[in-house]
Amino acid sequence: MARLLPKKDAVIIGLGWTGSILAQQLTDAGLNVVAIERGPWRDTSTDFNVGYMQDELRYAIRKDLFLQPSVEAMTMRNSLAQTALPMRDYGSFLPGSGVGGAGVHWNGHTWRFWESDIQIKTHLTQRYGAAKIKNLQLHDWGVTWDEIEPSFDRFEYLCGISGKAGNLKGQIQPGGNPFESARARDYPNPPMRMPYASTLFAETVKGMGFHPFPLPSANLSRSYVNPLGVRMGECSYCGFCERFACGNYSKASAQTTILPVLVRKPNFEARTDCEVLKVNLTPDGKHAKSVTYLDANGVEYEQPGDMVLICAYALMNVRMMLLSKIGAQYDPATGQGTVGRNYCYQTSAGARLLFDDKHFNPFIGAGALGMTIDDFNGDAFDHSKLDFVGGAGISCTVTNGRPISNRPTAPGTPRWGAKWKQATADGYRNAMGFGSQGSSYPVRENYLDLDPTYTDRHGRPLLRVTFDFPDNDIAMSHYLSDQLEKMTKPFNAKYSAVSRLKKGWDSVPYQSTHNTGGAVMGADPKTSAVNKYLQSWDVPNVFVIGASAFAHNAGMNPTGTVGALAYWAADAITTKYIKNPGALVPS
Amino acid sequence: MRSLLLSAAFVVLSTSAFAADAGKYQAILGDCAGCHGKDLSGGVTLATPFGNLVSPNITPDKDTGIGNYTADDFRAAMKTGVAPGGKLLYPAMPYPYYARMSDADVATLWSYLKTVKPVRKSVDVDQLHFPFNLRITLRGWDMLFFDAKAQTNDPAKRAAWNRGAYLVAGPAHCGACHSPKNLFGADKGPLTGAVLQGWYAPDLTSDKNAGLGRWSTAEIVEYLQTGRNAHSIASGPMAEAVENSTSQMSDADLGAIAVYLKDLPASSGNGGPATGAEAQMKAGRDGYDINCAACHGRDGKGSALFPPLAGNPNVLQVRDDTIARVVLAGTRAGATAKAPTAPAMPSLAWKLSDQQAADILTYVRNTWGNAAPAVSAETVGRVRGELHSGS
Repeated sequence: MARLLPKKDAVIIGLGWTGSILAQQLTDAGLNVVAIERGPWRDTSTDFNVGYMQDELRYAIRKDLFLQPSVEAMTMRNSLAQTALPMRDYGSFLPGSGVGGAGVHWNGHTWRFWESDIQIKTHLTQRYGAAKIKNLQLHDWGVTWDEIEPSFDRFEYLCGISGKAGNLKGQIQPGGNPFESARARDYPNPPMRMPYASTLFAETVKGMGFHPFPLPSANLSRSYVNPLGVRMGECSYCGFCERFACGNYSKASAQTTILPVLVRKPNFEARTDCEVLKVNLTPDGKHAKSVTYLDANGVEYEQPGDMVLICAYALMNVRMMLLSKIGAQYDPATGQGTVGRNYCYQTSAGARLLFDDKHFNPFIGAGALGMTIDDFNGDAFDHSKLDFVGGAGISCTVTNGRPISNRPTAPGTPRWGAKWKQATADGYRNAMGFGSQGSSYPVRENYLDLDPTYTDRHGRPLLRVTFDFPDNDIAMSHYLSDQLEKMTKPFNAKYSAVSRLKKGWDSVPYQSTHNTGGAVMGADPKTSAVNKYLQSWDVPNVFVIGASAFAHNAGMNPTGTVGALAYWAADAITTKYIKNPGALVPS
Repeated sequence: MRSLLLSAAFVVLSTSAFAADAGKYQAILGDCAGCHGKDLSGGVTLATPFGNLVSPNITPDKDTGIGNYTADDFRAAMKTGVAPGGKLLYPAMPYPYYARMSDADVATLWSYLKTVKPVRKSVDVDQLHFPFNLRITLRGWDMLFFDAKAQTNDPAKRAAWNRGAYLVAGPAHCGACHSPKNLFGADKGPLTGAVLQGWYAPDLTSDKNAGLGRWSTAEIVEYLQTGRNAHSIASGPMAEAVENSTSQMSDADLGAIAVYLKDLPASSGNGGPATGAEAQMKAGRDGYDINCAACHGRDGKGSALFPPLAGNPNVLQVRDDTIARVVLAGTRAGATAKAPTAPAMPSLAWKLSDQQAADILTYVRNTWGNAAPAVSAETVGRVRGELHSGS
């Protein structure tokens, strides 16, 4: 029997980026908030010591900061005809664990999706006609650009993003991204200082007529005091961002931007090492009354709340809804149901170049250090003569020169022994690369549900991921690989190679921790699980916040848009919902 | 359950009496919570050269606290160091400073302490070594060193200066940490710096290097209010003093303290610069660039987040206890409402030898306009030993 605890105004599941933002905004509005986090408390001063943070074996290879499959695994399959099997280790994507979530170990690429993304169906239909996208389950997100733009701005200023505006109130800015949607003001900090590889890339593609610009980065180009009064340090370009926490207070995370303020508040409480099992609904299934969780000793508690905010990782948000029966399971056979619908990923390819006479010093690196072109992203280019929609950003980033993982060699090099050693020594400084990070558009067969066979340590069904790259996205990615081929030519490298994506998503090699959808936002309760304010259509005192709300995934990293949606939802709660609890959009 | 109940600083609100509110402010000025704990129930250990002292329970619990005190009992304890029954208090209870408080302020404080939530908690306060565990020895101490005069105004100075002098010498008891002590633990010089609990409480006089000579009054106020300014960040015992006490003082009182401190005559300085330390300086520069520059800058100027080392009084004290300790053990800044970040310095004990640390510190103390005596490997080794033994 669970021990019943005193009621809170809001119960937050998960204390990562979105949980922290929601907690900050709701406590500012005077609410009593408890955040219940499955993983441990983590803080820069105590857990991310610069003295040992650059331990590649511990963090990058043994994945010290990530969710372990013994805590929660998932099952995978490529198609409905297959039987999904549980993965033994997280590979293709690496969910975070603990306070700060995946925002602790991210690289820091901080994009805004475009106006043509959040109104994708309207936009593509107008430009190309409905037949062009008939095989895709694309729909508009339900918000307008003018509504959501201020929320992007708030997240960028919270984080101290380093970048260069490309479109200030409709005026295209030289040196910025000319394809971005209009922004009200520039980034809070100037771009990072670029390393040689990124500079060479930018010069080369500019010569081909493209429009390179500095990748918007949450690795700070200078010290910064954010609007909450929290101070951040200048990035030291150490090259230990992705898979690592920052010991330098230089990479935006909940720890470096919000938590120092949040933990001082008497109306905020965090319970760590506490795993929420489910959200408890009233018998009619229309109201959430509490959550049930286990603490580290296995003691079960029931925490009542007027509101429940599901703020875990995108995939876990969907599973929590399914376990709690919030909304109806999506069925790919009938297209009915909304929870699990429009699961998307990322569709990428890359180019590697090896030189004799160029030295790139990859040890000068940072997660989001690089130059990008968006000439082939989203709908920045004309698709009328192409057999796909969507696109990819192409970036040359120099993230690291870490010794275990970073061993570039030419084809034909032996894979071990003296010759391999010599080749890795020769190649270490002389290799560079750039890659396309492509959009992922929803199709009927890609979805999330609960596995019929496999359960977790508490006996709850695992999440089942049914996914393969849709034909549209394969065609897009091959087109991008063709562009990468053309771009490698002017470099006159000794050796170059471009990868081409194949059908048959493989869950083993690392690809991207950009899992999106499954609890998507939208204007139609038949095709979306949450409304434009990320409020459950079915249980209005539940909000589900994160990349789970993305109705599709663009050719960009998700965090900037996740942060914007968090502020957007928080505003809806504090300015609309608490004054008049109930559905904010009639269904 | 590992539950983090995260709440703001201790506040017990009196709902009625204005005197209790004013008394709470006296408790902030006197930093009662610093030694007696956030709920004032005591049990906090204070390491002294004479052994450990444990602070008593001063909540109004009748059996274990001071619930049986009268106003006169309380005033006597505060101003003469004598508790009811003639029990002599150790001067770790800073009655030599509180003696300078006005009777009115002591009475106001008492009216507040009566409203605090009683906590039933017995504390074993006597853990000193022989012969200091004999309270009768305190009689002699008082005769020799205790000057029970209340603070008087200097008519030649303006009101802010007099208020600052009163706060520094009286309730805020700054000298308890910052004034050097004689063999018996009594003050022997005004606020020129002193060793305390493995730290060196810095010189607060107007000396340009070790003191506050380069700080404006506004910068002193900023430091006391937020825990940081352009020159330094509070950590260690001062971080606690800022969090519990100075950050909650009124702007006027902080300004008064700053005016008074700026008027203190300069100390005799730190005895610098280092001479004949060329080899240490050269080795120290390399060590600094590798281990320190990423945060503190090759120019020693720090950043919006990390403190500068150029002109930072903490690195320029005559004694090097604090900086050796910080390099070996690391430290964390205090957190206040106006400066909540609380950045940390990592421990470097595992990667720097005594000599390497000494070289880096010598370089830091004598670069970018800094001047202070060289640091020896022996000093670093002594501090390392103290950290290992926990003293």
